[in-house]
Amino acid sequence: MKKEDFDLFADMVKKRSGLVLTSEKAYLLESRLMPVARKLGLKDLEELAASLRNKRDEKIMETITEAMTTNETFFFRDQKPFDQFRQVVLPHMLKVRANKKSLRIWSAASSTGQEAYSLAMILSEEAHKMPGWHTEIIGTDISHEVVEKAKAGLYNQFEVQRGLPVTMLVKYFQQKEDRWQISDKIRGMVQYRTMNLLEDWGPIGLFDIIFCRNVLIYFDQPTKSKILERQSQVLAPDGALFLGGAESVLGICDKFKSVESQRGIYIPTVCPADMWKAA
Amino acid sequence: MSKTCLVVEDSRVIRRVTCTIMDGFGFKCIEAEHGQEAVEACEKEMPTVILLDWNMPVMSGIEFLRKLRSMPKGDTPKVIFCTTENDFSHIQEGMAAGANEYIMKPFDSDIIKSKLQLLGLIENT
Repeated sequence: MKKEDFDLFADMVKKRSGLVLTSEKAYLLESRLMPVARKLGLKDLEELAASLRNKRDEKIMETITEAMTTNETFFFRDQKPFDQFRQVVLPHMLKVRANKKSLRIWSAASSTGQEAYSLAMILSEEAHKMPGWHTEIIGTDISHEVVEKAKAGLYNQFEVQRGLPVTMLVKYFQQKEDRWQISDKIRGMVQYRTMNLLEDWGPIGLFDIIFCRNVLIYFDQPTKSKILERQSQVLAPDGALFLGGAESVLGICDKFKSVESQRGIYIPTVCPADMWKAA
Repeated sequence: MSKTCLVVEDSRVIRRVTCTIMDGFGFKCIEAEHGQEAVEACEKEMPTVILLDWNMPVMSGIEFLRKLRSMPKGDTPKVIFCTTENDFSHIQEGMAAGANEYIMKPFDSDIIKSKLQLLGLIENT
């Protein structure tokens, strides 16, 4: 790929999504954008770049951005954060929200929905501890296409076998020919919407828990800081933020601090740390 | 003590592929062509985990599983069905007979890894 073509794609994707593509990611760009070029009836990426230069067509720019920002995910990814959610954060919330009986969770960059549905399945398993509670899970992603897939809750055989225990498959899914659809009950617990983390989030409200795992790794430092600062404004002072294993707030945002012996969980700096020990 | 895996599968090719994958996860593999051979292997020594096909000559996977669970120490091995029987009713039947997990063929090493992690047989990395 010509350097000027790579720069054209990389600049546009960065402006629209925040995703940083360095030159060693050229293979990723090629493998993701070749299908886009073919779909548009173009021979190769050179023609795709030429088409982009000539027309600046909004639809083409959106398709390219979606192709580059769609990332693989699976149910109960990494397992540990979901154990922490169930065993540490949820008991804490049940205690501090005992009067309000309300819980709002945000799955940021929810991709095809597995993370948000995993949380919904856990809440369903724990429902007996939460009589009369109102729970809300919001999943957001920049890509309209993956948001639609998440809403449909339909997964292929490979997708339901990675991370998902078969007991959960039997309990919460129905077989639809060669695919599996998550039950109406679980689907009804999650709302998905298209949202760009770099743009206006609109009236998104205040959350008790934010899952933003394996998202910040794709951004440069100023973008990471900006997103974390904004997330600190929509997270309750006694709430919790989950980041991915390779992510941290250290040196990026002083609005959060880590929780002792709970790797990956961050709480607002204003929240007393012993609050979590007591939970 | 090393972790052992009994691969019960009538296709030699699939047996070999499965053993290669399991070997990569640190399991010493024993092979059986059908349920009866698997019973004999378990009578000698119970493995840590059993990857079990459903449709096989001589003795099917479900027959073997029911027999295994009634054997002395037959409750110790973790059993993962690994089959083309991919419908809801077979999964329920397999679980009711005592399977711990279920893999729908075709599978890859990621799926096997995920199931081994779910059963606590390998670490979640």
